Amino acid sequence: MEPLQASTTGSAVFQTRGLTKTYDQGEVQVHALRGVDLDLYGGELVVMLGASGSGKSTLLNILGGLDVPSTGEVRYRDFDLSTAGDRELTRYRREHVGFVFQFYNLIPSLTARENVAAVTEIATNPMTPEEALELVGLKSRIDHFPAQLSGGEQQRVAIARAIAKRPDVLLCDEPTGALDSATGVLVLEALDKANRETGTTTVIITHNASIAGMADRVITLSDGNISGERLNERRQDPRTLSW
Amino acid sequence: MSPKGLNTVLNVKLRRELWQMRGQVLAIALVIAGGVGVCVMSLVNYSSLLATRAQYYEQHEFAEVFAPVKRAPRHTLKDTAALPGIARYEGRVEGAAKLEIPGFPDPVSARLVSVPPEGQPDVNRLFIRQGRLPAAGRSQEIAVIGSFAEAHELVLGDQFEAIINGRRQALTITGIVESPEFIYVIPPGGMLPDYQRYGVLWMNRESLESAMDMRGAFNSLVVTLKPGHSAASVIDALDRLLARYGATGAFGRDDQFSHRFLSDELNQLKTMATVFPLIFMSVAMFLLNVVIGRLISTQRDIVAVLKAFGYSNRQIAWHYSKLVIVIAVIGLLAGLGLGLWLGRSLGELYMDYYRFPGLLFRIDPAWVVLLGLMTIVVAWLGAWRAIRQAAALPPAEAMRPEGPARYRVTIVEKLLSGIRFAQPSRMIVRQLSRRPVRTLLSMTGVAMATAIVMVGNFQFDSVSLMVHTQFARVQQQDLSATFIDPVNSAALFGLQRQAGIRYVEGRRSVPARLVSGHREWRSAVTGIPSEARLQFVIDSDLQPVPLPREGLLLTDFLADELGVGPGDVLQLELLEGDRRTVMVPVAGITSEFLGVGAYMDLDALNRALGDGPLINQALINLDPDKASEVYNSLRETPGVLGLSIRQAMLDSFYDTLARTFLTFTFFNSLMGGIIAFGVVYNMIRISLAEKGRELASLRVLGYTQNEVAYILLGEVALLLFLGIPLGWLIGQGLALMIVTAMQTELYRVPLTITSQTLGMSALVVVVSAIASGVIAWWRLKRLDLVAVLKTRE
Repeated sequence: MEPLQASTTGSAVFQTRGLTKTYDQGEVQVHALRGVDLDLYGGELVVMLGASGSGKSTLLNILGGLDVPSTGEVRYRDFDLSTAGDRELTRYRREHVGFVFQFYNLIPSLTARENVAAVTEIATNPMTPEEALELVGLKSRIDHFPAQLSGGEQQRVAIARAIAKRPDVLLCDEPTGALDSATGVLVLEALDKANRETGTTTVIITHNASIAGMADRVITLSDGNISGERLNERRQDPRTLSW
Repeated sequence: MSPKGLNTVLNVKLRRELWQMRGQVLAIALVIAGGVGVCVMSLVNYSSLLATRAQYYEQHEFAEVFAPVKRAPRHTLKDTAALPGIARYEGRVEGAAKLEIPGFPDPVSARLVSVPPEGQPDVNRLFIRQGRLPAAGRSQEIAVIGSFAEAHELVLGDQFEAIINGRRQALTITGIVESPEFIYVIPPGGMLPDYQRYGVLWMNRESLESAMDMRGAFNSLVVTLKPGHSAASVIDALDRLLARYGATGAFGRDDQFSHRFLSDELNQLKTMATVFPLIFMSVAMFLLNVVIGRLISTQRDIVAVLKAFGYSNRQIAWHYSKLVIVIAVIGLLAGLGLGLWLGRSLGELYMDYYRFPGLLFRIDPAWVVLLGLMTIVVAWLGAWRAIRQAAALPPAEAMRPEGPARYRVTIVEKLLSGIRFAQPSRMIVRQLSRRPVRTLLSMTGVAMATAIVMVGNFQFDSVSLMVHTQFARVQQQDLSATFIDPVNSAALFGLQRQAGIRYVEGRRSVPARLVSGHREWRSAVTGIPSEARLQFVIDSDLQPVPLPREGLLLTDFLADELGVGPGDVLQLELLEGDRRTVMVPVAGITSEFLGVGAYMDLDALNRALGDGPLINQALINLDPDKASEVYNSLRETPGVLGLSIRQAMLDSFYDTLARTFLTFTFFNSLMGGIIAFGVVYNMIRISLAEKGRELASLRVLGYTQNEVAYILLGEVALLLFLGIPLGWLIGQGLALMIVTAMQTELYRVPLTITSQTLGMSALVVVVSAIASGVIAWWRLKRLDLVAVLKTRE
């Protein structure tokens, strides 16, 4: 299958060929990925859909440099992620990748500003924490601790933390998974805005098909394979989404 | 326990969890084992020595009253027998000898004691290790005490020469023996045993009588008492009976040197058996509190499910109690083993020190049971808070995950607002301040570990200071010679002229009883010349105290015992010559570490005795190149009873010190290290369990392993930084406690803590922390980044 390309194209940022991943889970072998070929392009917003066990998280972890494939190739620009060691992967994550997690994973002992600063302090050309938090509409809550923020607010802090270092790619694993619909929309708005204003390639993985409308491109995974791919002609405003 | 016994689901769960947490379980069990071990070791030593001594005393008829006299005819013994309260008695001849041991150039002196012609004496019977007692009519036969025989590798049949009462005599060893009277052997004027230069010899009575010109007479009476009779009344009766024979005052066992020293030592062991286990147990309690608390908080959902199934609060509490009890029992068993082993090793060390025929290895089973119960109860109390929390958790609440931890900006950050904290440093500070109680407990744990190592080491410093003070500041003579009878101080001129002698100074020491109201103390008064240059009396600042023209200077320990201070008047009964009693004011208090003394001006003492310028000791400074010539000539001088060499005393002291104190120091450092490891290892493991998710998140965000390890280990480093100085303070307090508890007549160990000791204690703790840190580092490396992101805490 020839990769589809969104209208907001740049060059291919990620390229995977024949990607497989097999886990030994006790005495059972789990084939999480069974030969994935995928290209991701600069600046596009991709929603990756799939049921649990479809392999979407595994794919995201490999793209994010948290895991390496069993076979196949994955490249970030000229950098071969499939053969990199722990030290190189750490540097890759530090310099190029922004992560947003389902359960926010904020540091409870740090305020919103400090959570963002935890990343900007180790980045080379970051925004200020204030700028990043303003981008997600949280400037007023800047000195609050995670325990003082709602779930949606915590997730927006997490997005600010992810984009503050101006990553080349933003990887979001079920960013609305722990949130109700109205709060989830606020978070998606923040992601949409960040993607438009910073031009960061953004990958959102979710099992929630209603989100697909906001993407440039929608990729569906099932059983460790890409089972479908479509381009949206127009990105839907997240405010019009609901589930 | 339910009828299904050990295989209920909860018990299976318990076993698996114990296995999973084996590192932590072991660390806590080690700390408990340390406490139990020290306790058992001390108890074993204490009970064993007590039982051994009691049995030895009983079987060998150890005397209860000792009455030295100048010379009493043997027929007075019949009168003695008639006194009420006396069970057995023995009139003996005692004397002193200078020995020449082949191949050993230093002066050697010995105490001679007679044995009756029929063999074993009625009182103070001898334990015969080898050979037999000297036979009647064989004047060359002697039995020697075991310590002396071992020090010189003497065997039966060996011969050496002795100078007894000015006459040279060849002696042959027929027996190697021990006596309940000489379990602890210290040369006169010495501070610690010197087995090479001082021994005890037993000789047939007739032979010793003739050697000492004591035919038909005795100069030492020892008696045992009938049950129900007090020593005091017998002492009074003996003093009256023997007064005209030059009695210097009878005394009871409490004033008998070997007995008194042994009792002091036993009291010190008792102190050790209480202080150290207390420290170890409190640390173990703290560890259990933290570890069990943490374990239960990670098992909230399990507790909820169990409760939803209908397990009662009591069952839940019992389940977690069992976990604690298992850990306590592991520690207890290990501690018992460790304690018995240490007890036995130390027991053997004591056997070198104290001359028992054999050690009865004893421990009261009741003590063991009590200790076991205490250990379990203490451990359970430590975990009680956490167990109660688990039991009290309502199921619905328990099912929900714990809320996000609440943090605040800390005071430290506000105070140091000028400093820009990096976020990882902020995390450390806030983590510590969010749980102030736990932080305090962790700090205390580190502090306790530091303190224990310190307590082990400071004793060495203190004892060294004590000895240094004694031999470098107080006694500056190279050699002191004791005379059999007082001589005119003009004799010093003769000594001064001898080749090799640079300076001589005389003193006089007189046995005396010091009485103040109902308190009394048997000791000696030392008369020191007003211009003494070799031996001083010092105060607590180690400065020489000027000798008053009239009146006594008393060691502070003695002044306390007598309840007197400067200006008070003491009754001084001089136990020599015509046994005068004079009233003397206390002129001042001195502060010596070794021994107990009463000092006065030599002339004043002689006036009090009604004597001319007499002395009975000569302190000598030598030309080191001519030392052996001086030794030889003094050995041949008839009036000289014995010699003591400063360097030899020092050497023998450090030899003893090295064996006993260093053993203790090693054990203490080991125990301190174990505690430090237990505390720090658990601290890190708990921190890692709590922060695993945060740390993994940071790793995902691009933090390197070093940066993440900083957050984890930085916390530990800060706790060490705060805990170690606190430990120094606690250690100083404990040291003071120990020094105070261990004050005895023989020595008062001064409290001194060197920077070396402080450094050593910190080092042991830091090394233990590094060992724990390495384990944590290894665990951080294996942190599962993917799994941790998927789960909500």
